Amino acid sequence: MAEKNKQDFITDEEKNPYIKYFRKDRLPTIFCSGCGIGITINSFLKGLESADIDFNNLSLVSGIGCSSRVPGYLNCDSLHTTHGRAMSFATGLKIGNPDLNVVVFTGDGDASAIGGNHLIHAARRNINLTVICINNNIYGMTGGQVSPTSPEGTLATTAPYGSIDTPFNLIDLVTAAGASFVGRWTTAHPLQLSKTIKNGLLNNGFSFIEVVSQCPTYYGRKNKLKTPVSMIKMFKENSINKRRADTLSEEELLGKIVVGEFVNKKRGELSKKIDDLSYIKSGRNTIRKSAYIF
Amino acid sequence: MIQINPDLCKGCYICVEICPKSVYLISNVTNKKDIKIPAPENEKNCITCHLCELECPDQAIYVEDKND
Repeated sequence: MAEKNKQDFITDEEKNPYIKYFRKDRLPTIFCSGCGIGITINSFLKGLESADIDFNNLSLVSGIGCSSRVPGYLNCDSLHTTHGRAMSFATGLKIGNPDLNVVVFTGDGDASAIGGNHLIHAARRNINLTVICINNNIYGMTGGQVSPTSPEGTLATTAPYGSIDTPFNLIDLVTAAGASFVGRWTTAHPLQLSKTIKNGLLNNGFSFIEVVSQCPTYYGRKNKLKTPVSMIKMFKENSINKRRADTLSEEELLGKIVVGEFVNKKRGELSKKIDDLSYIKSGRNTIRKSAYIF
Repeated sequence: MIQINPDLCKGCYICVEICPKSVYLISNVTNKKDIKIPAPENEKNCITCHLCELECPDQAIYVEDKND
């Protein structure tokens, strides 16, 4: 069924290498002009192709927000869930059928504000999910409110004199919680991002990839970066590789975006642990009951 | 050969900025939404790095590999 649908929307005039994965009747996307989510989708699909993962064996899970509209546009099994609970739904999906490749698309508000606890506990359990967090430093869908990752001094509709709070560093948060693969790139580094997504997809454990993305409509307009091009330029100028950042002091790194792969260590994975426990206690693996598994 | 789908282009001009060989220029041709779509004016300079395909947020660009 999925194979047939996939064939239907490859037409002669649209030869873009990524458009064959989209639900064609939903295009063009609802995203604003120059939104970084489109670039993240392209990098994700490129990473998926190079990781050699079957598109029909992929499940996308998302919560609420601009970034969470991604699974609705891609022509694979997708789950659009409640606000912040994407990680919980994905955990259930992965435990229920460990053969699936489960990828969570989430935003900064979805992952770190309302779903903060679900994020750290998914990282603590080290379940085999790939979480792609599209961080645009603002609540884009609801009208530009300040988010937990907005840098200090960001102007937003709820911070007219600039944000006074210290932002979350999501990389440090999930590393401390115990994620086994952590990476961060910006939308100005699509090739590096696709390689990191590939490594994250192949990693057997919790993979967290933060994509620092532009929101020209709300973040840019309020912070003197009105066009997507000026935001991409800002990312290019302010990003600094992890290897170089290690040699610099904290003051020198102020206002910079440290990019690279931060953690890559092997750890026991949750669904394997559950299978092992079941085998020790009852002599057989956990039963997978579903209308689709025989 | 470079093709741009005018129905999908939203006019963010990231392709104009990102191209290492400055292949794209903003043309006077408009699409249905009255957006001036970029055109591959300096197409002979294209090195088929496919960066514009990857950086186009709306999947509007297709770059064909050169056979020579």
